[in-house]
Amino acid sequence: MTKEKREILIFFIFTLAVLITPFFLQGSYFLNVLVFIGINTMLAVGLNLLLGYAGQISLGHAAFFGLGAYISGILTTRFGLDPWFALVIAAVANGALAFVIGFPILKLKGHYLAMATLGFGIIMFIIFNETVAVTGGPSGLSGIPNIQISSLIFDNDLRNYYLIWIITLLVMLFSINLSHSRIGRALRAIADSEVAARVLGVNARVLKVQIFTVSAVISAIAGSLYAHTMTFISPASFGFNFSIELVTMVIIGGLGSIYGSFLGAAILTILPEFLRVLRDFDIIVYGLLLIIMTMYMPGGLISGLTRIAEFIVGKIKSRGARHA
Amino acid sequence: MDNSRQLFQYILSGLSNGAIYALIGFGFAIIYNATGIINFAQGEFVMLGGMFTIFFLAFFHLPLLPAIILAILFSTIIGIAFERLAIRPLKNATPLSLVIITIGASILLRGIAMLVWGKDTHAVTAFSGNDPLYIAGATILPQHIWIFAITLLIIAANKIFFNYSIVGKAMRACAYNSQAASLVGINVKTMVLLSFVISSAIGSMAGIIIAPLTMTSFDVGIMLGLKGFCAVIIGGMSSGLGTIMGGLLLGLLESLGVGYISASYKDAIAFIILLLILFIRPEGLFRTKETERV
Amino acid sequence: MLRLDKITKIFGGLTALTDVSLEVRKDSITGVIGPNGAGKTTLFNIVTGLYTQTSGDVYLGEKNISRFATESLAALGLVRTFQNVELFGKMTVLENVMVGLHTKSRSGIISCAFKLPGQIKEEKMIAEKARHWLEFTGLIADAPNSANNLPFGKGRILEIARTLAVEPQLILMDEPAAGLNSQETTQLAVLIRKIRESGITVVLVEHDMDLVMDICDSIIVLNLGKKLAAGTPREIQENKAVISAYLGDS
Ligand SMILES: Nc1ncnc2c1ncn2[C@@H]1O[C@H](COP(=O)(O)OP(=O)(O)OP(=O)(O)O)[C@@H](O)[C@H]1O
Ligand SMILES: [Mg+2]
Repeated sequence: MTKEKREILIFFIFTLAVLITPFFLQGSYFLNVLVFIGINTMLAVGLNLLLGYAGQISLGHAAFFGLGAYISGILTTRFGLDPWFALVIAAVANGALAFVIGFPILKLKGHYLAMATLGFGIIMFIIFNETVAVTGGPSGLSGIPNIQISSLIFDNDLRNYYLIWIITLLVMLFSINLSHSRIGRALRAIADSEVAARVLGVNARVLKVQIFTVSAVISAIAGSLYAHTMTFISPASFGFNFSIELVTMVIIGGLGSIYGSFLGAAILTILPEFLRVLRDFDIIVYGLLLIIMTMYMPGGLISGLTRIAEFIVGKIKSRGARHA
Repeated sequence: MDNSRQLFQYILSGLSNGAIYALIGFGFAIIYNATGIINFAQGEFVMLGGMFTIFFLAFFHLPLLPAIILAILFSTIIGIAFERLAIRPLKNATPLSLVIITIGASILLRGIAMLVWGKDTHAVTAFSGNDPLYIAGATILPQHIWIFAITLLIIAANKIFFNYSIVGKAMRACAYNSQAASLVGINVKTMVLLSFVISSAIGSMAGIIIAPLTMTSFDVGIMLGLKGFCAVIIGGMSSGLGTIMGGLLLGLLESLGVGYISASYKDAIAFIILLLILFIRPEGLFRTKETERV
Repeated sequence: MLRLDKITKIFGGLTALTDVSLEVRKDSITGVIGPNGAGKTTLFNIVTGLYTQTSGDVYLGEKNISRFATESLAALGLVRTFQNVELFGKMTVLENVMVGLHTKSRSGIISCAFKLPGQIKEEKMIAEKARHWLEFTGLIADAPNSANNLPFGKGRILEIARTLAVEPQLILMDEPAAGLNSQETTQLAVLIRKIRESGITVVLVEHDMDLVMDICDSIIVLNLGKKLAAGTPREIQENKAVISAYLGDS
């Protein structure tokens, strides 16, 4: 089987699994968790394009998520816009903002880039909190309408599950395609050696800004969907901690791996449910995960799993060969 | 008269915050110059300084001075452990993984502090009371004087250490070219460890002297750390005059901004300055640009 | 083909290059030699736009490329390799060469993400051409391997294969033989000749004198940032100033 065919098969199986999962679940609690996993997967995949492919860190991605959510929330509650239309505006506005700040921000490298994106995230967080007249301030914005397709209103967990996951699957497919294209290769080349990539004619500066923009647009879509499924948003969901959580998802899943991002998102969404006893102390676990994964498993869980799978397949094959 | 007195108050509190930012900035610069790492956990040492002091004061009922000394000692030990466990084992780490590891350490320390000391905000008693002194019609708290005096002391000690002591000179040599330094027999690993020792000590000291004015809690490290970073960026990553100026400038702008514009955007001011500097003059205000080696 | 006009480069207080002028003839193999720190790499960095010279101009053909951005030079047919090999380590050998075809393809983010028909066709073309260059350089057997796992010598060749994929007019090679054993060096010499035969001009910085004397048509000697001599290998070997610079240095 060629690599490409295997990719298609894997995506097909994954899609199938996603589509039939609700039939095996009882009660809305699990569905609800799965909706969140979907949103987080979208965000992690979006960040992975920047962090895992292009090797450019962002410690302020929660801001794009928040901005998407707020634009959508405000346009629908205060101006009565249709949620779909609001989603499109949120995506476009986020893209435009990312494009404009992308040029000066992505000129920076390494630690400086990390600090600048962090600063951007905190400034946005302060704005969400302080522009009370527009955003509702710390107490949040409520009464955001559900998304609707003609008479079908996405107001229960099952409907939201399919809404969120279909879009998440599209985002994943989009990112997988990108990975195996000239753009994906150019991005990975930038991550490994920016000078060498530029010498080969890759316009690193523009490409980095483009992928930053794409990533911000994906975050905005996730934000908008979040606002319309939750119907309530508040700044607390879009702070520095969430930016770090997103980076953690990408890292523990595996830099540059789309399914890894799903894995990371799933783990970090489910973990707090188990860590309820620890309540706010889950950040200790995140801190440890970040350090240990980076030190001992830089390829993330997905590469660990791939290695185990290859090992097993190798064993089976060699046994088969011996029997034959 | 009232206006000018108010202005004086703003300037005073701006300068004292600024001195703290400068000290925190020193911590960044010392580690960066020895290792090329920006230690995102720098702010946590500031938090640890304040929290340990409270811990020794309230829990063991120690007098202030021993409490402070122990607080610095414990923060430094944590700094050493951090270097030993998370930095030294890394070989050829990319800047990306260094960022992530120091961030991991930072949230780990913050989480543990929350676990141990809870989420409450604590006040440290001022070193010599809260009775304001009146100087030329303006009021000044004794703690302000402590802050300025200790900052000056640390700056002087820093200067003497790096310019006149053998070890300090060796550390500068490492910063300049670690390979060459190791060729002439300097133990680079020790110097790196030392840089963590010095910067966690200075960081915790900063946290201790500011705590009586601003209160402290497990999560003060993020903001203070970032502002210290802002100061050191303005100063072009030096542990010298540039960073002091950077800290004072930041402190002043912040406190004037709070006084005359709006208190709710206080923290935003620092980050807008940070972004502007990074965008326009990432090499700092007081340094000339160098050609990056390819 | 390539002409430098009075290039000077000053780093802070250090003058790395002083008024260096030189000319590289089309279809030649030109060697640039000189002791460590002579400024050879700095010269390449200036030509490829990674450093900005303090003064002087660089011409590619008739075009003044002094202020051109690095990424725009590939399209003009100017590429280089690096002294400290700069591979895309996490990618496969084939993918490394495919990046070299970046300027030969057009698809943007949208058509890549949605696999539009044009993109699929282009992708085929890229893979085909990349394989061609791997065959040309003898690396085809390593195509699916990770570049990180390549032995050092092959890594140097891969860097050359990658630049060939750009279909350049001129390749600057910074110490391509450094770290190679004698067999690999012989193979490298064959490859460089083959590259020249296919109509590409080569400029080569190298410390391996046997290699330089063997394959270069003309040689330029730099010492302490100044051009010391230029000529054929025979002329250089007999040049007194060059001999004393090398002897004095060692
Ligand atoms: N970015 C830079 N900043 C400061 N000095 C530099 C920079 N790049 C090079 N130099 C200095 O310029 C001089 C020439 O360096 P260059 O790398 O060009 O030498 P070279 O001829 O390539 O030497 P080698 O044979 O060792 O590769 C050296 O003294 C070097 O230290
Ligand atoms: Mg060189």
